Amino acid sequence: MSKSPNLLLPALGGTALVLGVAFGVMNRDYAADKIDTLETRVEQVNAQASAAADKAKAEATRAAELEAKVAEIQANAQAQLLNASATQPAPKTDGRLGLGRAALPEEIAAWDVDVLPDGRGLPEGSGDVWTGEEVYVENCASCHGDFAEGVDNWPVLAGGFDTLGDKDPVKTVGSYWPYLSTVWDYVHRSMPFGAAGTLTPDDTYAIVAYILYSNDLVDDDFVLSRDTFLNVPMHNADGFIVDDRAEQEYAEWRTEPCMENCKEEVAVTMRSVFLVETPPEGGSNSVMNHARTVDDLPTFSAAGPSFIPEAAPQPATPAPTVTKAAVSDGDALLEQGKKVFRKCSACHAVGDGAKHKSGPQLNGVMGRAMGSANGFKYSDVFQEANAEGRTWTAEELAAFLAKPKAYMKGTKMAFAGLKKEEDLTAITAYLESFTE
Amino acid sequence: MDDTFKPSRRAFLRGSAAVAAGTVAGAATANSPDPLITELQDWASYTGVGVDETPYGMPISFESHVVRRNVEWLTASPISSINFTPIHALDGTITPQGCAFERHHSGAIELSKPDYRLMINGLVDQPLVFTYDDLMRFPRENHVYFCECAANTGMEWAGAQLNGVQFTHGMIHNMEYTGVPLRTLLQEAGADISPDKWVYVEGADASSNGRSIPMEKALDDVLVAFKANGEALRMEHGYPVRLVVPGWEGNMWVKWLRRIEVTDMAVESREETSKYTDVLEDGTARKWTWEMDAKSVITSPSPQMPITHGKGPLVISGLAWSGHGKITRVDVSKDGGITWETARLGKQGDTKALTRFYLDMDWDGAPMLLQSRAMDDTGYVQPTKAQLREKRGENSVYHNNCIQTWYVNAEGIAENVEVS
Ligand code: HEC
Ligand code: HEC
Repeated sequence: MSKSPNLLLPALGGTALVLGVAFGVMNRDYAADKIDTLETRVEQVNAQASAAADKAKAEATRAAELEAKVAEIQANAQAQLLNASATQPAPKTDGRLGLGRAALPEEIAAWDVDVLPDGRGLPEGSGDVWTGEEVYVENCASCHGDFAEGVDNWPVLAGGFDTLGDKDPVKTVGSYWPYLSTVWDYVHRSMPFGAAGTLTPDDTYAIVAYILYSNDLVDDDFVLSRDTFLNVPMHNADGFIVDDRAEQEYAEWRTEPCMENCKEEVAVTMRSVFLVETPPEGGSNSVMNHARTVDDLPTFSAAGPSFIPEAAPQPATPAPTVTKAAVSDGDALLEQGKKVFRKCSACHAVGDGAKHKSGPQLNGVMGRAMGSANGFKYSDVFQEANAEGRTWTAEELAAFLAKPKAYMKGTKMAFAGLKKEEDLTAITAYLESFTE
Repeated sequence: MDDTFKPSRRAFLRGSAAVAAGTVAGAATANSPDPLITELQDWASYTGVGVDETPYGMPISFESHVVRRNVEWLTASPISSINFTPIHALDGTITPQGCAFERHHSGAIELSKPDYRLMINGLVDQPLVFTYDDLMRFPRENHVYFCECAANTGMEWAGAQLNGVQFTHGMIHNMEYTGVPLRTLLQEAGADISPDKWVYVEGADASSNGRSIPMEKALDDVLVAFKANGEALRMEHGYPVRLVVPGWEGNMWVKWLRRIEVTDMAVESREETSKYTDVLEDGTARKWTWEMDAKSVITSPSPQMPITHGKGPLVISGLAWSGHGKITRVDVSKDGGITWETARLGKQGDTKALTRFYLDMDWDGAPMLLQSRAMDDTGYVQPTKAQLREKRGENSVYHNNCIQTWYVNAEGIAENVEVS
């Protein structure tokens, strides 16, 4: 707003000035002797005044134009403010700023490992189904099951064919994934969970061959490589369409909505399955909602609810307690150990109520017999260690965690190992702090 | 504070007392003087906490229930999981970082600024590597945007499931981001920006989450962001650098962004094939469903926010947003969709950002079926669950933007329900 008077002032000021000059000229000429005739002067002055008036008129028009223009600019600015968030766009940099440095070929090779649907990006190498089974059982089966059927809540990788239109579709590599490149790429880069990026190309080819075999997509003599890659028929390759919400939905749903008498009557058809408790220590507990019948609830019409239900007797809830956040243990080593344990927590739990995950729970592991956690199914090498009466000492643990596969040949713990001495010290201290 | 969204005895007692008092017109009266006023309180006598106590402040202990919460049984491991923003207890539109929902595929990682590298390669004249400091030298912008997980409200495809707006709608947050437009970086590397090209973006964590973004979007409003709400991103939101893809599903907002590759086709990564594709009734699936359609929900009253004051003035409040643009209108129904009233927008809607709405009413104590319905500047009207199911069936998991219903009973207790 404040902009407009400023913009208009020069234009109006200009007109006033011209008129002033015209009258000034008139006065001076009256006093002079050299006047030809009064009429001439009057005529001249009239002419000047009318010229000035015309000019003033023209300027007024121009001023009006400018005013309109200013209003337009202001409206635009307003619209822009509403449109984008209230910031002006960064200046366009047509030229480059010369920031950053050239990426080296080795760097690009290290990070640019994605594989495209047509197979571009696949490295040299190959793997067959039987090798794949071995590598898979060692690295993947603890979570995904020996036959890729999935353990507990972990993802299922095989089966589920022709269930996609069912009430509960089973979406697996076999039944759902449209591209083989995705399987190779994902396994190679993101699995095993907790030790991503450790599989060699050959291992990856072999594991993927085994997953395909588990899905009956290839025979048991199949060898996967760059050459055979595009020959594998993916079951659901034609099962996808590109987003068609614009035609299917937006076209219908961009209409003025109903405001009154939109329905005759409305009834509750389903009540919440779970009530959710939110304890002060965090997280949540889902409890079945026992009051699930809809019959106790009124129906609604334009006149309001059909009746007002009696209040049901309410269960007493314990008085709320405000708990302060747990004071963190000052011990830096334990803190460090807690951080290192993040590398383990995909597979192991410690602390109150720790349960087995894909690895055994580790409460009291220090000093305990190897392979002795109740209810956990250990690999042969751990069962042997247990039979030999070996127990976990700080030294044994450090040696195991530095190179799990070398120290316990045949262990199913799919973990590459801790490289740093201080991490080993910290994790030992941390595990020692959890007694049975 | 009582956080069980079972109808609580305290809430009930308070509610019914107020209902009784509500029969007396005008302001309530006190029978005896309030000791909080008549007696000298500790805090009015003893001194408080000094300025050196909390170099970085946390919410006061009374608010300790306003936190992100997870639902353990939803996923196999908390490392590849989600938690939910306590939207029931927030107001306005900006989500504080500390309670903004998290979704990780391999846990949140600690990546320092000195260790941070961003590579841009593929169909570019010059592949480049940037440090964090390099990024700070590009012209930057500020924008407020919402980030919604495509699976927000996903449970509800199968009917009313979890009783709490935090759990049905809490996979959303809304922050002011500071960052460099992606187009600036593409330009710096001399990228091929023809419209049939794609930009594949990838994170530095163990999941190496990667997504393909069509060039048109990459050149439009995508930001390479390093600040949120004025301060550094939190670890769990991708510190030090994340991608912001306004209006599009949260999975594409790659955290710990480490690589940008210009490609001539979509990579069809796991996150854009196995996940984040929407199975329709006949078993075919939609892919590339990037935009988050217009949606709204009433945050109070709601199961975690019962009406505790009885009859009389009541503020109905909620949030609305659209990945296509601005929210232009929100309507509220108290009778399950028979009659609608237009709510008051807290502030003129921002593009692809949360808009707060209010409906101020005089509650007569009768049960209500509360719903809200958003409209955006494309004229799109938020659909009902029935409309969505008719188009997609019940198995799409993602992109459930249905109208939500809360049944509020005469005691002011709200429950997640589905209506005819
Ligand atoms: C510690 C448990 C664990 C181990 C060991 C493991 N995975 Fe996984 N896997 C997971 C989890 C968890 C996910 C889901 C990750 C997510 O949410 O993003 C997953 C996802 C997958 C998927 C994608 C499933 C889908 O439908 O999208 C594939 C394929 C896979 N894993 C293969 C493997 C292979 C091959 C190995 C061995 C090299 C392996 N996994 C080892 C836990 C594990
Ligand atoms: C990918 C999953 C995985 C990861 C990651 C992992 N482990 Fe394990 N761990 C296992 C499995 C499975 C076993 C059982 C080994 C066997 O039976 O061969 C195991 C066994 C162990 C044992 C022996 C327990 C006993 O009862 O004898 C210890 C100790 C152990 N792990 C510690 C760790 C620590 C410490 C880390 C992190 C630094 C870690 N693990 C990371 C899966 C894992």
